[in-house]
Amino acid sequence: MIVVVGGSLGGLRAAEQLRARGYSGPLRVVGDETHLPYNRPPLSKAILAADFSATDAHEQLAFRQRSSVADVDWSLGVRVVASDLANQTVQLDTGEVLAYDGLVVATGLRARRLYISSPTGSRFVVRTLDDALALRARLVPGTRVVVVGAGFIGCEVAATATTLGCDVTVIEGATGPMERSLGRELSQSMRSFLLSRGVRFSSGRRVVGLLTAAANQCGGVTLDDGTELGADLIVEAIGSVPNTDWLAGNDLDLSDGVLCDERMRVAGAAHVVAVGDVARFTDSVLGGLPRRVEHWATAGDTAKVAAATLLADLAGVPAPAATAILPSFWTDLFELRLCGVGTTRAATSVQILEGDLHEPQHGLAVGYLRDDALVAVVTVGLASNRQLHYRTLVIAALV
Amino acid sequence: MNIFVDRTLCDNHGQCAISAPDVFRMNTEGILEYDEVVDDALHNDVEDAIDVCPVQAIFILNEG
Repeated sequence: MIVVVGGSLGGLRAAEQLRARGYSGPLRVVGDETHLPYNRPPLSKAILAADFSATDAHEQLAFRQRSSVADVDWSLGVRVVASDLANQTVQLDTGEVLAYDGLVVATGLRARRLYISSPTGSRFVVRTLDDALALRARLVPGTRVVVVGAGFIGCEVAATATTLGCDVTVIEGATGPMERSLGRELSQSMRSFLLSRGVRFSSGRRVVGLLTAAANQCGGVTLDDGTELGADLIVEAIGSVPNTDWLAGNDLDLSDGVLCDERMRVAGAAHVVAVGDVARFTDSVLGGLPRRVEHWATAGDTAKVAAATLLADLAGVPAPAATAILPSFWTDLFELRLCGVGTTRAATSVQILEGDLHEPQHGLAVGYLRDDALVAVVTVGLASNRQLHYRTLVIAALV
Repeated sequence: MNIFVDRTLCDNHGQCAISAPDVFRMNTEGILEYDEVVDDALHNDVEDAIDVCPVQAIFILNEG
């Protein structure tokens, strides 16, 4: 039996890819959410702005599954609490112990929370469908919202809440919006754009305390310069934590996700592979230190490599060479779509390929260069054929 | 096989045109154009395109 731990996009794609590569044995997917795998990107955008019922929202978002995985045994609402990789078992929170021949780690991430324990009410994160539906119920016009964190999720929630008529302030901390992914120049450009659309920013400050409104309800935040920002609710969008607790005690490198080789084998374990954003692996094109890639497309890309590797290892034959994974991402902020391809963080400089940083809404393409070689491009407000064009330039520069 | 793209869902992300360029193309306006009748030899490419579509707008209507 192959056990897949994690019942979201990565787990589904892993199961499908195992079937596509000829595995016909028993497959069990264990996921701690009660929902079948669904699409998360709309949670911080369309779902916050739509009035679907909870059931309809899941129906809208649920992934259509390939017919090849119709016989997969889904254990939903069940958590894997421990594992013994030497003896090839995992233990569920129901007490059941599953023995496996092959194991796929697809447990993804959970939202990082502020280390401030109370008050607990009126504090939201956006990771699961249930999270998004709970937040949506509170985003009525005039609501004062403080978004802590200015990454993709924070910016998307801020844009959507502003569109819904909320009064939104983003606490961006030491770096600008989406700066880790977009670099300084484009981050500042997007900051101006978001400001022009009514999103406020608080710069260079950390949240050190929470204000209490009535009965254990958060009423805003206190910043490290003593400023108090009142709010009806706060959204904690300060990043995520890899779900690797259940792998502890197996002598693995779990310092940031689970360390894998370039074929997605978990380092230090036999017949265990990892997929998606929980996996830390080396970029097979650019090299460098292993890193996790928190993009939607990574789940599908890594599932292909991981499934091929696991089946080869189980059969005792050499694993096929890993296909290079080119990172790609997108975000939608108001009517602007940003699309990225390549590894922006590897860049040492940027170059404007098209448009004007001061007017991203009129179309913009930013090239990211390392030693004069193009390693990534981000387009803003450009049609997809332009994005595809820049993608071919990035690929051409990499090979 | 026959391909159908639900235009009420399609957001012209263009990911399908990367996975299955023989079937899906983005025109000069960035709008999807695609072949509705496709050789079965392209089945894997089309399945990849279905997988990478961020809005799950692509369907295979009949196979064989």
